[in-house]
Parts: sequence; C-alpha cells; structure tokens
Amino acid sequence: MADYKLKLRRFDPESGNAAYWADFDVELPPERSVLDGILQVKDREDASIGIRCSCRAAICGSCGVRINGKSALACNTRIGDAAERGRDGVITVEPMGNMPVIKDLITDMEAVHWKKIRRVVPWLLPKEEAPEGREYIVPAEAMLDVTQAMACIQCGACVSACLSMEVDPEFIGPAALAKAYRFVGDPRDGAHEERLADLAADEHGMYDCTHCFACIEVCPKEVAPMSQIMRLRRKATGDYGIKDDNNGYGHEKAFVGLIEKYGTLHEAQLLPRSFGQGSLIRGQTEPKAVKQLVESLPTGVRGLRTGKITPRKALLHPKLPDQKQVRRIFKEIHSHDERLELNLYIVGENPADEEGATAEGSQES
Amino acid sequence: MKLAYWPGCVSRGFTPELHGSVAKVAPLLDLDLVELDRAACCGAGVVAEHNQELVDALNARTFAMAQAVEGAAGMMNICSTCQGAQSECQERLDASPEYRAEVNSHLKPESLSYERQGDWWNKNFLWILVEEIGLDALRDKVKRPLDGLRIAPFYGCYIVRPTKRLGFDQHPERDQYIEQVIEAIGGEAVDYAGARKCCGFPVITMNRTTSLRQAGRHLADAIDAGADCLVTPCPLCHLNLDMQQPAAASYVERDLDIPVLHLPQMVGLALGLEPKELGMGKHVVSTRDVQRKIAQLAAA
Repeated sequence: MADYKLKLRRFDPESGNAAYWADFDVELPPERSVLDGILQVKDREDASIGIRCSCRAAICGSCGVRINGKSALACNTRIGDAAERGRDGVITVEPMGNMPVIKDLITDMEAVHWKKIRRVVPWLLPKEEAPEGREYIVPAEAMLDVTQAMACIQCGACVSACLSMEVDPEFIGPAALAKAYRFVGDPRDGAHEERLADLAADEHGMYDCTHCFACIEVCPKEVAPMSQIMRLRRKATGDYGIKDDNNGYGHEKAFVGLIEKYGTLHEAQLLPRSFGQGSLIRGQTEPKAVKQLVESLPTGVRGLRTGKITPRKALLHPKLPDQKQVRRIFKEIHSHDERLELNLYIVGENPADEEGATAEGSQES
Repeated sequence: MKLAYWPGCVSRGFTPELHGSVAKVAPLLDLDLVELDRAACCGAGVVAEHNQELVDALNARTFAMAQAVEGAAGMMNICSTCQGAQSECQERLDASPEYRAEVNSHLKPESLSYERQGDWWNKNFLWILVEEIGLDALRDKVKRPLDGLRIAPFYGCYIVRPTKRLGFDQHPERDQYIEQVIEAIGGEAVDYAGARKCCGFPVITMNRTTSLRQAGRHLADAIDAGADCLVTPCPLCHLNLDMQQPAAASYVERDLDIPVLHLPQMVGLALGLEPKELGMGKHVVSTRDVQRKIAQLAAA
C-alpha cells in the first residue's frame, strides 16, 4: 500500500461556478489504476464526483481522461506510474480536451466524437451483393491492412489530444479518419474513391492533420490514427490521383517531385508547386494559385530583407553530387506494381525478435 | 568525438544561420563533424506519406553513408523532423531483415548497405549535448552564463512523439532536455503550454489558418509566461515561429514580436561566441533585445 495525492478537476455547469481543483489522498498498491483511486475517493469522501466507467479493463473505452496532461484511460494507467510522472508526485486528472464537459471528468462524447464518426459514413457501402449461404468475409491479406484501424474502442483519447483540433474544432480528427480508413482499406466496400474524394475536398478533412503524433502517443490500442490518415492520403493521391482544393495533392506532388529532381528540398519552389498541383507553371499562372502566392509574398519579402533568403537561393538550387543515384531509386520504386509496406502493428516491432517480421505488399496495385 | 553529420535541407536553405552556427559551435564542444553532403532529404513525413519503401530507401542510404564514416561514434542531425522521420525508417529497417534486404537492394549500385548494428545511433544535437557530451561537461565549457535570460523551449513534435519509437524507454527524460540544457548554461527555462505542441508548419500550404493559429498561440503563451525568447532544435518549427511570426500575429489578433533562437545559437552564446558569428542578424523577428541582454552580461 502507498499514499497518493489526486488532484481532480471539478466542474458542475448547473452550479454556475467556475471549474476548480480538488485535492484528495488515496491509499492503494502502486499497480492499481488511477480509476481505482478516483473510485476510492468517490466511495470514501465525495460521492458526487462525476466519472464515466464500466469495464475497468481497457475494453469499453468509457474512462478517457487527461492524467498529468496526457490523454489516457484511467483504468489503463497505473497509479504508481502516474505519481512518478506527476509534478511533485501529485497526480492531476482532468476531463478530456477538445470536448465540452458535462460534469467533472465526464465529457460530451456525442457533441464531438460521435458527430465526427458519423461524418465519415462509418458503415460498409458494399460494392456487390453479399454471397448467399456463407459469411461475407474480408480476405485475410486485406484484414491485415484494416485490423489496426478496427482495434479502435472509441474512447476519444486521440480526439482529446489532437493538436490540430485544438485550433480548429471542425477538423474531422484522428478517430473518425482512422474509422474512414477501416472502410477505404476494406475490399468489400464499393465507395473507396468517393470516400477519399470527400475527405480530400473537406476544408477540415484529411489534409488538416499536422503530423504531431499526439494521437499515436495516447492511443491505448495502438491504432496509430495518424498512420491511417497517411494511408488515406497515399491512396487518394497515389491510387486515385484525387486533386483537391486544399493543396493536399499539390503539396505531396511538389515535395516528392523536388526531392526526385534535386535530392534536397528547394523551398522556394515548394509553395508555387503546391498551389499548382505539383506544377511550377500552373502554380504561377492559375488565378487561385496566384492568389495564394500573393498571400505568402510578405513572408518571402521578409526573408529576403533579413538575408535569410537570397535571390540566388530562391532561383537556383544545387542538385546533390550523386543525384542520378537518387533518381534511380525513385524510378526503381515507382516502377513496382505494388507498394512495399511494413506495418509493425502486424509484424511486431521488437528488434530482438526478428523471426516474425516479414514485409507485406499493400493490396492496391 | 567524431560524428557523421546530416545537416538536413532547411538548415542549408531558409535557415542558413543554423548550419553556420553548428559549424562555429562544434569545435568548441570537441565535435569533429563529417558532413554527409551526398545524402538526400529525410522526407519530412511527406515522402513517407507518398511511399514508405521510397522514404526507407532514401534514409537507409543516408544511414549507410554515415556508417561508412570511419571512426564515427554515430550520426548527428540538427532537426527534430529529421530525427523523427529517420527514426521511423530506422525502426522499420531494424524490425525485419527481409524488409531491410529488400530496401538495401536499391543501394547496391552505390555499394552501400544499411546494417543493423545494436549500438549504432542517429541523434539530434540536443540528445548529443545531454547524452554524449553530458550536462556537467557542457557546464564546464560555459564562458558566458546566460544569467537572467528567460528562455521558452520549443521541442518540435517529431523529437518527442511517439515516445516508444524515440528511445524514451532508455532515455525517459528526452522531453526535458532543453530545460536541462538551458539551466546548465545559466539561463532560466520558462514553463508554458506550448513547449511540446505543434508549430503548425506541416499544414502551412494546406490550412494556413490552422497552421498560423498554432504558431501564434504558442508564441503568445510564451510571451505571457514572461519569456525573452524561444529556443528550438527544429528549423521547420523555426520557419513557422520566426519567419511566419508577423503573419501569425494577425491570426491570433495580437502583437507577438518574440525572437526564436536555434538551439546551437543559444549554446554558442553561452560558449562565448558573438551573436553575429551565430547569424543572429538573419532572423525575421529581431534578436536585438536578446543581444542587448547578452552584451550586458559580458559587461557585468
């Protein structure tokens, strides 16, 4: 048994009072959970504390909170570990972020999480009639690809941690986009291209992920939502060539094209090429692209004024000494019929155990 | 200590002051750097989004070049994004000999091959400072303690998440290193909300509003916490926090005007280098207030 200090965020909207912190002492063995600690306080000191929980085994996804600022399931976090990470040993527990608070540690999952999940049409749109007399199953190879997205328990931890949603509440977000990949990667679904085109066209869609890894870090089930978002983008541009108005397609084409040409990034060309769907000429002539270029102009001028950017650097970019070799690698890999991918969720990632790891080709050709 | 050195693209592009300050600082820290001038871009997450095998091949090539540098203890990068993007590739390459062989097949014409060696590493300058040089050794080298300078750390996402991939099991304090370095060189680390959040740079072309609201908010938080400047080990963060700062101000509807130092610049100041030698005139947001404080330190 050990003594722990819990600092809980309390809030009751009906009281008319602002949220406040309340301190409690609990006594538990270190291997018990933060949820056990909260329930002990509720049992012994204050029954009015609001917390949502059910299974206590990281399956139901009900007890998502922020522990010492980090989104997690309270039942899946050892109280001893939390105390080690807490400032001065104090464990802070707050409701999840990016969602309205109903009471104390209970957030309104309906207002944000479920609304966004519904946004991506989270059901199968079959491309053919289901076979009669047997189960309509996903082929094993394709199952490998969607298993990771299917592991989601809808706890909302990733939504709570999402740094893009923090400044743009309308961003579809990590959980819903991972759910979208679950169907885009499912060969039984007949609406892959429509789904991707929809998510690419949305101003708050799949191109608004800022690569911050917060969702990957907090997910209790290793769904790696950001990796699923990258897969959506890869399929949208690589397999379907979907051009969007958010420069998602253009940015990828521009960046990859510049590395193929020069080996390192020619920054001065990245913006115009991104605005021109990968083309420098389109980026400097199409009205919409020019408008965006003009918007970015003051930044460039400031760079020139401080000597950060020189006219020479803006116009000329040296190729790597062995750029021919880099181009050869691009050509070799782009000529594959299948993209070679290694998903560590499937093969394991323990470098000591090399036996089980094999590369799986992706299903799209 | 001899190191294979990957400077990245942006340090030789829009943040030349970073590349220059590393060149000045390295000898003072007894770092013998062998620049990998034939290596290609790490992909910055974008090539990975396009094609995994391609980004793994480009970085395996860089690693192979680094492994071929005779007598090098490891490889150094100076960009959080390079660190994260390359660690992601290294994790895959190390996980499967079959996959590694497939990727290495693209390097054969150059007689290169990335070998999984248990003790070979690729570390950001920040990690080198703390883990290889050591905070005590750094403290001994300080010529001008940055006494009274209030510095807000800005890590960059790629160097702090995901912790599982970035060696936090062995080095659990990697998300505290900037504070530790600031304290070792006599400055005061400022605690504020944005230190480990996203600068917004990756979406600057896709969603300018989200991007600059992120940058603006963190800069404003640092100002409100009383910081004199920010410091970052990531030149991409620097682009959004410094170069885009005047634009970011309009997205958060307030004045910002807070200088952002590159990590090697901050260390260089403490090691006695002059602001000019560290390219501190090449920032969009003027560093004159920091320079004035440094000059006062010298006079004191």
